[in-house]
Amino acid sequence: MFPEIFETRPVRFWIDDGLEWVVRNWGDAFEDAAYPLLYLLNTIQKFLLSVPWWVIIIFFAGAAFAATRRWALPTIVVISLLLVGVMELWDDAIKTMALMITATLTTIVFSLPLGIAMSRSKLLQRLVTPILDLMQTLPSFVYLIPVVMIFGPGKIPALIATIIYAAPPLVRLTDLGIRQVNFEILEAAQAFGATPRQKLVGIQIPLALPTILAGVNQTTMMALAMVVIASMIGAGGLGYQVLQGIGRLEVSRGLFAGLGIVALAIIFDRITQAFGKRLQQKIGLSEKR
Amino acid sequence: MDDTPVIELNNITKIFGNRPDVALELLKQGCTKDEVQEKTDQVVGLKDVSLSVKKGEIFVVMGLSGSGKSTLIRHVNRLIDPTSGSIKVNSQDILGMDLEALRQFRRHDVAMVFQNFGLLPHRNVLDNVAYGLEIRGDEKTARHEIAHEWIERVGLSGYENSRPHQLSGGQQQRVGLARALAMDTSVLLMDEAFSALDPLIRSGMQEQLLELQNSLHKTILFITHDFDEAIRIGDRIAVLKDGEVVQTGRPEDIILKPANDYVLDFVRDVNRARVIRVGAILDKSQMKPCDVSVPRLTTCEDVLPLFARHEWVGVLDDGGARIGGVSAKQVIAALARHSEAVS
Ligand SMILES: Nc1ncnc2c1ncn2[C@@H]1O[C@H](COP(=O)(O)OP(=O)(O)OP(=O)(O)O)[C@@H](O)[C@H]1O
Ligand SMILES: [Mg+2]
Repeated sequence: MFPEIFETRPVRFWIDDGLEWVVRNWGDAFEDAAYPLLYLLNTIQKFLLSVPWWVIIIFFAGAAFAATRRWALPTIVVISLLLVGVMELWDDAIKTMALMITATLTTIVFSLPLGIAMSRSKLLQRLVTPILDLMQTLPSFVYLIPVVMIFGPGKIPALIATIIYAAPPLVRLTDLGIRQVNFEILEAAQAFGATPRQKLVGIQIPLALPTILAGVNQTTMMALAMVVIASMIGAGGLGYQVLQGIGRLEVSRGLFAGLGIVALAIIFDRITQAFGKRLQQKIGLSEKR
Repeated sequence: MDDTPVIELNNITKIFGNRPDVALELLKQGCTKDEVQEKTDQVVGLKDVSLSVKKGEIFVVMGLSGSGKSTLIRHVNRLIDPTSGSIKVNSQDILGMDLEALRQFRRHDVAMVFQNFGLLPHRNVLDNVAYGLEIRGDEKTARHEIAHEWIERVGLSGYENSRPHQLSGGQQQRVGLARALAMDTSVLLMDEAFSALDPLIRSGMQEQLLELQNSLHKTILFITHDFDEAIRIGDRIAVLKDGEVVQTGRPEDIILKPANDYVLDFVRDVNRARVIRVGAILDKSQMKPCDVSVPRLTTCEDVLPLFARHEWVGVLDDGGARIGGVSAKQVIAALARHSEAVS
């Protein structure tokens, strides 16, 4: 047995009581603050559900073609989406997609400025990195509980949990992408009298874009990975089907919903990756012309 | 060329490291670069460097790798701040400038060409050449017009929409050169601009630079580690060793009278006949009439055949007036690889 050095129970009570106090006094304020998030999610979801299914399929096939200029990926995209529809999972897939898109957009809005700020300040980088490590390694249930306590079960805690889980790679890769920009190019800009802002906007961000896009790709994948857990706290969508499959011991339901998630993952992963590669070729960072 | 100094470096010392004062003190006591580095872990980049580049001149700084050439040239547009000393460009004290004044100075007074080109990979040739103008705030149509002009002058017409990675090294450096020339600055800084290029392409670029300079009359500070390049394009040359200037002079001066063994090492492999001009070795007392005369800038290589039929060849100044003569003996003595010049 590890000897008790001091009593930790008061600390734990203090944390629990503190949280309870926050929930009681600040719960509504938090919910109001998160309202724009919910609004964004509902708008995206409503929009996607109102669009006929074939329009969505054509859209993704078109994006896949634009990214690769080949027919292989668009074919895979069409088949995967048709499969999702055939398995009677279309609406659930759209809900999951809406959750993922909302989480990704929100993550981008927060992570890009943070990543950029980190790349310009060693101090900030030193402060933020351990927080990112914590966000990535802490089991999601640990922060899920307080979030649910504050917001109540539903879509908001699901979104927030997804964002906490999916943001770190984007912040890191934005920071890395900007730091990686060739010193000689920046020196040339400096010699021509560029301001720090001109360097950032004209050189660092464009040259970091392929790396940032890789971060966006990771964020979407991690957001998708979160859907099952998010469904436990009321996000609905494919994750909920998986959960029901488990609950009712209906292997087929779980399997189908799982395949649906895989289909979405393939579509988003391949399309964002192909766009990243295209961008890299355009910039001339990769060998192929 | 007139004698107005455009770039003036006075007693520039640069110490890399966090305790420059200690290193400075040791230098004052007469320690060498290596001793300072051993004792204090501070790197001496430049040690008491003074030089003055005149208006319209191509001034070459030459030295081995690590001798401080890049450090030196970066002081002129203050990409590096000196530890001590003063710097004037166009009579402005650039060390006294605040950030905004410095930016204006970089935008209007000096342009730079880099060894590894420093082009923007995400922009096409046209926008690369127009980059400095864009930074300075020129209108799009105006800057594209200027960029087109320079792209044509450096011989890259038709490549406006290519990306840097689609061009050869020589072409990329032409973009770098056009980008600098488009700024229309009086001062041009070139840090080993041609060193990354193949010998053949390099000599083509040297020729092009000299041709451009004939009509542009810029003040050019040119860095190289290649002595042949230095004597080919330099009006004057400074030889740098371990951050110190060991000799400054016209190419012939350096070839005929190398200041020490370090300089002699460079001079040894030079084709002297192509470099030494008769004006540098003429006998001023030799004024008796002779059958042929040559201008004073004629190289030894070109006068040698004349000695097959003549004992003396007259030398004329730029106006065509006789200023002396040379004999075969004098030419041969100048070409001989003797080392008695080193005293
Ligand atoms: N930022 C720096 N920090 C520490 N030392 C430096 C720094 N920059 C240059 N030095 C040192 O200063 C000396 C001169 O370097 P510099 O780059 O000016 O040489 P160079 O003559 O341009 O060489 P090369 O031909 O290889 O380009 C070298 O000893 C180098 O290690
Ligand atoms: Mg160098």
